[in-house]
Amino acid sequence: MTAVLEKPTRQLTPKEPRQWKGPAVFVAVAIIALVVMPLVLEPFRLGLLAKYLCYAIVALGIGLAWGQGGMLTLGQGVFFGLGGYAMGMYLKLNDAGGDLPDFMVWSGVEDLPALWAPFGNPVFALAMVVVVPLVVAVLLGTLVFRQRVRGAYFAILTQALAAAMVILLVGQQGLTGGTNGLTNFFDFFGNDVAAESTQRGLYLTVAIVLGVLYLAAWQLVRSRFGRLLLAVRDGEDRVRFLGYNPATVKTITFAISAVMAGIAGALFVPVVGIISPALLGVVPSLELVVAVAVGGRFALAGAVLGAVVMGYAKTYFSEELPDAWLYLQGALFILVMTLAPKGIVGVATALRARVRKEASA
Amino acid sequence: MRNSTWRAGAVAAALVTAIAACGGDPATTEGTASGGGGDTIKVGLLHSLSGTMAISEVTVRDAELLAIEEINKAGGVLGKQLEPVVEDGASDWPTFAEKANKLIAQDKVATVFGGWTSASRKAMLPVFEKRKALLWYPVQYEGLESSPYIFYTGATTNQQIIPGLDYLKEQGKKKIFLVGSDYVFPRTANKIIKAYAAANGMEILGEEYTPLGHTEYSTLTNKVVQAKPDAVFNTLNGDSNVAFFKQLKSAGVTAESMPVLSVSVAEEEVTGIGVDNIVGHPVAWNYYQTTETAANTKFVEAFKAKYGATKVTSDPMEAGYNAVYLWAEAAKKAGTVEVEALKKAAGGIALERPEGLVTIDGETQHMYKTARIGIIQPDGLIKEVWNSGEPIKPDPYLKTYPWAGGLAS
Repeated sequence: MTAVLEKPTRQLTPKEPRQWKGPAVFVAVAIIALVVMPLVLEPFRLGLLAKYLCYAIVALGIGLAWGQGGMLTLGQGVFFGLGGYAMGMYLKLNDAGGDLPDFMVWSGVEDLPALWAPFGNPVFALAMVVVVPLVVAVLLGTLVFRQRVRGAYFAILTQALAAAMVILLVGQQGLTGGTNGLTNFFDFFGNDVAAESTQRGLYLTVAIVLGVLYLAAWQLVRSRFGRLLLAVRDGEDRVRFLGYNPATVKTITFAISAVMAGIAGALFVPVVGIISPALLGVVPSLELVVAVAVGGRFALAGAVLGAVVMGYAKTYFSEELPDAWLYLQGALFILVMTLAPKGIVGVATALRARVRKEASA
Repeated sequence: MRNSTWRAGAVAAALVTAIAACGGDPATTEGTASGGGGDTIKVGLLHSLSGTMAISEVTVRDAELLAIEEINKAGGVLGKQLEPVVEDGASDWPTFAEKANKLIAQDKVATVFGGWTSASRKAMLPVFEKRKALLWYPVQYEGLESSPYIFYTGATTNQQIIPGLDYLKEQGKKKIFLVGSDYVFPRTANKIIKAYAAANGMEILGEEYTPLGHTEYSTLTNKVVQAKPDAVFNTLNGDSNVAFFKQLKSAGVTAESMPVLSVSVAEEEVTGIGVDNIVGHPVAWNYYQTTETAANTKFVEAFKAKYGATKVTSDPMEAGYNAVYLWAEAAKKAGTVEVEALKKAAGGIALERPEGLVTIDGETQHMYKTARIGIIQPDGLIKEVWNSGEPIKPDPYLKTYPWAGGLAS
């Protein structure tokens, strides 16, 4: 827990003078992601990268809520799941073409549940990907932040929410597919979801969405609102005495991070081909927080980087050493956290500072 | 920040090494022996080696590796040695789909042996169907499925659940209580049990589900005891069985007063539950370590020789072990490991296996299997007390049972 208590690096000082550097890096990364990767990687690997980028979108939200806003949310899986199930329900109904989705048949459901019916409409389903996480997060945020629940209590509450969500989904097998979740999709808006061209298109979509959301989050952090968010993180009571309402600032940020998770979930479903309770419970929610910590939670880029690195590490270790990969994954986390509590980005910042110092000396 | 520079360097170095190592990976795995070509035939083994299912699935993986070793010693398949490519499904269904994709697309395996839970099979099914690759699934399951790209070497419902019910009926048990874990197998099994009960004058006194991994059974045990059933039909999975049987024993329930028929408790699980807690209760499977066939004596001996004298063999392990042999036999018959040709050749293949004669039903890609009811003995092994006499034709959709009409609609 020491990492949580650690003082942040980002301070309320004016921006650094050399502003072209950030955008230049962003453009370089965008070119690698959009042009180089699809050329270099085989389709299967590109699909995996698309999956990591979906997680990176969630991580971006966590970076915003936790790194910038100090809200340690251990339940982002809930919002990821809400978005994912909204998309999955549409795809399932679309594939069923008027019949009942396959899992309802073997769960003994005879009529399409009322909850499902509107999800046959793609516009409604896509709207719900954003609306449901938004509403849930605003409701939760309003209740919780106004009561000044924060720190570990907020973390525990979000974690409990993730656990409850899993129990709910598993228990309502006829409605949700239970432990199996929703899988076996065929058609994605007129394209064969398994086709290489569709998967490449999906990868590009995920990458572009991540880029756009990253820019939006970056703007937000630089804006007046972003300054206020930092102030709330570092001294909530002082902000309140200055006449702002910290609860509103936190609720808005939490809602934005929830919407990001929802969008990520919706993109994840066609990319990976399944949404199930196993993807949104306590463990996957924690894994994402760990990824953000590894990447460096005080920078948005750190969150994104962490998700991609940890996702890649998981695939790589588990393929190379299927019997022992979990130890390596754990070791990687411990290594980074003990040697570099501020994550990979923290290391990069330190190195740059060192170089600068040596240059000026 | 200042004194962390050396750490920074260390981490950076570690990461660079890791990334460099990762970068080299595709090049080495690509272009090596694929399904048909080369000196070896690659086959995928995809089970959970970590997570909650690992305890069960590792044993199946071990049995499959034993079969591969034996086949290789005997000269391999089509003159080539089999090369297992092992992946970890991590008890996580999307991971199963990902690894199945990896085995097919990157390793280009000829076939995959894998899965345990229905959820993992459901997650892998679209991968195998879309890529037109072959999966051999070794565990009894809830039926109502017949994918053209899956061979099911475990029992479907009419080879386990229904014989179990027939046994209870023969024993004069009329009032049944249903207890299960909350997922697709128990729910579907119970749907079938209820239809069977309605048609056979049996009464279902209650139906209770607990989440997978649940371990608090005092309330549920009270409910069961108060309902006073003649027998309990238990579809609990994994750890839950430990807590459930302990609680039953402390509530004074014995195998004589209220037998609990389990369909997911085999030799491996008996040890975990504790023999004292479960001795005397019946189970339904197609194979026990004690099954008396020449092939089984050989299997048990070979397994113990390879993995240790204290190891037990169980039904899913045997089904996994069989799967490798059945696939190899089909490949020999087809003269190729190419999927469509092999599928065509597979129908009708009959082998003497540890459980007795196993025949592949070409139409459903399920197996003809003999149903066996056993009683758990004080030494932890299971003694057969009833069997179906001959291998039962698989009927995953229960089309031949009039009372099951509404189930598979």
